[in-house]
Amino acid sequence: MCPECDARVSVPDDVERGELVQCPECGVELEVVALEPLRFIVAPPEEEDWGE
Amino acid sequence: MRVALLCSRIRVEEKLLRHALQRRGVTVEVVDDRELVLDLAGPRRDWDVVLQRSLSQTRGLAAARVLAAAGVAVVNQPEVTALCADKLATTALLHAAGVPVPRTLVAFSAESALRAAEELGYPVVLKPVSGSWGRMLARLNDRDAAEAVFEDRTVLGSPEHSVFYVQEHVAKPGRDIRAFVVGDEVICAVFRESAHWITNTARGATTRDCVVTSDIARLCVQSARAVGGGVLAVDLLEDGDRLLVSEVNATMEFRNSIDVTGVDIPGRVAGVVIDAARGAQTMAAAG
Repeated sequence: MCPECDARVSVPDDVERGELVQCPECGVELEVVALEPLRFIVAPPEEEDWGE
Repeated sequence: MRVALLCSRIRVEEKLLRHALQRRGVTVEVVDDRELVLDLAGPRRDWDVVLQRSLSQTRGLAAARVLAAAGVAVVNQPEVTALCADKLATTALLHAAGVPVPRTLVAFSAESALRAAEELGYPVVLKPVSGSWGRMLARLNDRDAAEAVFEDRTVLGSPEHSVFYVQEHVAKPGRDIRAFVVGDEVICAVFRESAHWITNTARGATTRDCVVTSDIARLCVQSARAVGGGVLAVDLLEDGDRLLVSEVNATMEFRNSIDVTGVDIPGRVAGVVIDAARGAQTMAAAG
């Protein structure tokens, strides 16, 4: 469930902890923080020192 | 063999790298840099090598330094990552190594930065010395724009934003070249094409295969050696028939370059990581 809007969020079969998915209803970016059971948090915003 | 994949988030790249390592029989432990606690008296040593893929340059570099100091092999080595994270240090080293780079001036106040811009002639490009994905890049077309942006950076920015890295604007043909260097070999290259002057795939540029010419290969290997070598992405600008190296990246993204080049980039990176682990094992056995 999306922590922002409670929508059901589907994930790919090979989903991993730390992966980003998007909520299909509210569009918020979610980070997968647990797999069993599946749990999401709203992904932290991009930080200034992020990059390649 | 045990490899730690140090990351902040699992991007497509990290998944591909993990799969590539596992296919080669390596045990991969995914380590989230936000959850890591390192004891300087003796960080964990049950990793043969750490592949540093943190999104956060600060966290990735800090962890790499602690691990490398304790004798853990890290790809890329922290010295290389630190250099690549600093555009000023990179450009200075490339210049010293005889690699052609866009003409670059550095100044430390809005007034002297303006003098630098006038000396180069407009348009000029102002780049933050650290930063990625084309953030905070400014093309300054005239003196009015330069005065405004230099003042903004002075007033609103951190002290680092008052290190003014002012570069000649290269009228590249709607694209730049990104070449992937693994060890002493350029394994493939792509054109990054965009209608915008910032040709970064994180900003919407698209990729197309670019044949690795002998010039590209020579410049990229020279650039990679200048920063200490490893797994690197070298960005080049076409200026007429000249090639200029604009930057070297130490934790490259490559998802958009595998299909167009047909080169197994994650597989090649995995090979280097495994070689580094073997090297570390041999040294430990001898030591």
